Amino acid sequence: MSIELHEWSAAAMIVALGVYALLGGADFGGGVWDLLATGGRERKAAQRGAIERAIGPIWEANHVWLIVVIVVMFVCFPRAFAAVGEGLHIVLTLMLVGIVARGTAFVFRAYDQRGPENTGRRRMWGLIFSVSSVVTPVLLGVALGAMASGRMTFAEDGRFTGDLWGVWLAPFPLAVGVFALCAFAHLAAVYLCVEVEDEALRRDFRARAWWSALAMFLAGGVVRLTATGGAEGFADNLMRSAWSIPLAAAAGAALIGSALALRARWWGLARLCSGACVAMLVAGFGAAQWPLLVAPQVSIESAKAPAATHGIVLGTLACGSVILVPSLVYLMRIFKGPRAFTALK
Amino acid sequence: MIARVQMALSLGFHIIFAAIGIAAPLFMVLAEWRHIRTGDPYALALSKLWAKGTAIFFAVGAVSGTVLSFELGLLWPRFMEHAGGIIGAPFGLEGFAFFTEAIFLGIFLYGRGKIGKWAHLGAGVMVAVSGAASALFVIMVNGWMNAPAGFDFDPETKVFSNVDPIAAMFNQAWLPQAVHMIIAAYMATAFAAAALHAVRLLKDRESRLHRRGLSITMKVGLVAAIVQPLAGDWAAKVIVERQPVKFAAMEGHFRTETRAPLLIGGWPNEETMETPWAIEIPGGLSFLAARDFNAEVRGLEEWPRDEWPPVLITHLSFQVMVACGMVMLATGLWWSWHAWRRRTIDRSLPCALLWALVMCAPLGFIAIEAGWIVTEVGRQPWIIQGVMRTADAVTRVEGLGPRFALFMGVYGLLTVVLIGVMRRQVLGSPMDVVEEGVRDEH
Repeated sequence: MSIELHEWSAAAMIVALGVYALLGGADFGGGVWDLLATGGRERKAAQRGAIERAIGPIWEANHVWLIVVIVVMFVCFPRAFAAVGEGLHIVLTLMLVGIVARGTAFVFRAYDQRGPENTGRRRMWGLIFSVSSVVTPVLLGVALGAMASGRMTFAEDGRFTGDLWGVWLAPFPLAVGVFALCAFAHLAAVYLCVEVEDEALRRDFRARAWWSALAMFLAGGVVRLTATGGAEGFADNLMRSAWSIPLAAAAGAALIGSALALRARWWGLARLCSGACVAMLVAGFGAAQWPLLVAPQVSIESAKAPAATHGIVLGTLACGSVILVPSLVYLMRIFKGPRAFTALK
Repeated sequence: MIARVQMALSLGFHIIFAAIGIAAPLFMVLAEWRHIRTGDPYALALSKLWAKGTAIFFAVGAVSGTVLSFELGLLWPRFMEHAGGIIGAPFGLEGFAFFTEAIFLGIFLYGRGKIGKWAHLGAGVMVAVSGAASALFVIMVNGWMNAPAGFDFDPETKVFSNVDPIAAMFNQAWLPQAVHMIIAAYMATAFAAAALHAVRLLKDRESRLHRRGLSITMKVGLVAAIVQPLAGDWAAKVIVERQPVKFAAMEGHFRTETRAPLLIGGWPNEETMETPWAIEIPGGLSFLAARDFNAEVRGLEEWPRDEWPPVLITHLSFQVMVACGMVMLATGLWWSWHAWRRRTIDRSLPCALLWALVMCAPLGFIAIEAGWIVTEVGRQPWIIQGVMRTADAVTRVEGLGPRFALFMGVYGLLTVVLIGVMRRQVLGSPMDVVEEGVRDEH
C-alpha cells in the first residue's frame, strides 16, 4: 500500500503536535510550577528562578511548533481548519488570550524591571504568566478532545450544526484538557530535575514529578471513562486500532519507568521515559483519530488540499528542516547541555 | 462587518510589532559588529539596549502573529479554504523563518558569554535575516491577493483548478511590495529609535552613548528614506498594470484623460466625481503611470460603481503615507548635513534638529499603517483581486460582538502595557556607559 501525500502531511502535523507537547508543553508546565511554588520565600524564589532560566532562551522557539501545526492544518486541510474555526471558536479564542497573556507576561517579567526594588510589578507579571500557563493547556486539550468527541457536525454547506458551548463544555473534552495539563506539568518537573544542580531544588521538583505522574494516571482514567458516552467513535477506535492499545500500554509503562528512574536518581533516563510517554500518547491520539480530523465528518481525505499543495508543504518542511534541525540542536546544546546553568554566572 | 474591523485592527496592531521585530535586530547587530571591530564600549551598551527592545517586541509580535494565524481561519473560512491550497506555501515558509528567528534570538539574548563573540554576532545576523525573510513570505501572500496568479478560476462554478503554488508565490506584486515593506520597516524603526536617543540627548547633550545610538540609527534611516520612493514607484507600476482601479482611487483620479495631472492633497468626492482642493501637477500622473507626460490614464469612471474601493480613504491614506515619507526624508537630510559637517560624535547636534527627530518618531509607523490601508482598502470590494469578493469570504458565524470586544480589549491592554514598559525602559536607559557600570555595581 502506498502512502499518499496528504497522509504524509497529516503525519507531519501529528509529529509537530507531539514536539510541541514535549517542548512547548513543558514551558507551560513550568508556569504551573511557578504558580504552585511552595516553601518559604527563598525556596519559592529559587524554584521560580530555576523555571525562568530554564524557559527563557527556548520558549519562543518551542512556541513555533504550535504555529507549524496550525499552518500545516490550514494549508493542507483547509476545510478542517474552517470547521474548527467555526465550531470551536469560543475555546480557541480563549486559548489565544491565554497564549498572548502567557508570552507577554513572561517577557515583561524578565525585562520590566530596573532593579530589585520593583518586585510588586514583577509579582503581577509572574501571576499572569503562571495562571495563563495553567489555563491555556487545558483549553488546548479541550479543543483536541472536542475534535475527537464526534459532536462537531456540519450541514452540507459547511455550516456548523452542533452546539457551540456543549461541544466543548462536556466531560470528555474537559477530561482531555485536564489530562494535557497534568502531562505538561509532569514533563516540566522531570526536565527541571535534570537541569537544576541544587540538591534541595531537585528534591522539590522530583516530588512534583511524582505527584503529577499520579495525576496523569487518574486523569487518563477519567478520559477513558468519559470517552464511553462522550466520544464513542474515538473510544471504539481506541479499542479496535491495532496501534492504540499497545501505545497506551507502553505510555503507561514509560511513565512508571520514569517514576522509578527518579527514585533511583537516574535523571536522564527519567527525562527519556517521560518524553517517550507523552510522545506515545500523542501518537496514540493520532492513531485513534485517523483518518478523521474533526470527528465525525471531516477526515484528512475530505478536507485535503490539492496534491500539489501537499507536495509543496512537505518540500518546504524538508528544506526548512535542513536549516531548522541544526539550529535547534545548537540552541539546545547551548542552553540544555551539561552545566548550562552554571556557565551563565 | 465586525469580522473585517477585527481583522483590520489585528493586522494594524501586528504590522507595527512585526516591523520593529524585523528592523530592531539590524541595529542590534550593527552595534555588536562595531563593538567587535573597535572595542567601542558604547556600541556594546547599545547592542544590549536594542536587544532588550527586540526581545520585548518580538515576543509581542510572536503572540499577536499567533492570534492572526487563528483569525485567518476563524474569520475568513472561505478565503482560507480556497486560498490556503494555492498560496499556503509561503505561510509555511514564514513559519520556518519565524522559527529560525526565535531560535537565534534566544541564542543572542541569553548566549552572550556562553559562545564565542563571532558565533554570537552570527546568531544576531541570523535573527535579522530571518526577520526580513518572514516579512518577504507573508507579503508573497498579500501580493498574490493583489495580483493573483497560479490557478484557473471559473467565475460560473467558482471552482479553482490547475493550481500552481510556485507561480502563486512568485506573483507579479510580491517583490516590489516586499521590498517596499521591508524598507518601510527599517525606516520607521530607525526613525523611532533615533527619536528615543534624541529624547535622551535633549536631556543630556553630552551623552556619548546616545550620540552613538543616534548615529547608527540615522544612517540606516537615511538610506532607507532615500531608497523608499524608488521602491514605492516600482510597487505602483504593478498596481497600474494589475489594479488600475486601485491606482485611480489612490490618486483621486475619476476621469480618464491624457496628460493627467498628479493631485497632491485634495478631498475626493464620489458623488460629483471630482477631487477639489488639490494641488495639480500637469501631466504628473501620466508620467508616474507610464513615464510619458502625455499618456492616457484610466479614471474611476471606467469601472462600475460596485467595483470602486472607498475612494476618499484610499486617496487620503496614500497622501498621508507619501507626506510622512517626505518629512522623514527631509529630516534625514538635515541630520546628514550636520553629521557630515561635524564628522565626529564629540560635537553635539542643534536642539532644533533633535526636536525634529523626536517629532518624526511616529511618522514611519503612521506611513506603514497608511500604506497598508491603501493596499487593503484600495483592493475592496475584492479579497482576491477580480476573483473573490470580501463579502463571500467572511465567516457566517453570528454574534461576533463579544469576541470582537474581547480581542480589542486584549490588544488595547497590551498596547497600554507595552507603552508603559517601553517608557520605563527608555527613561531608565543609561545616560552613559560609565553610569551603567556604576548601576551594575549596586
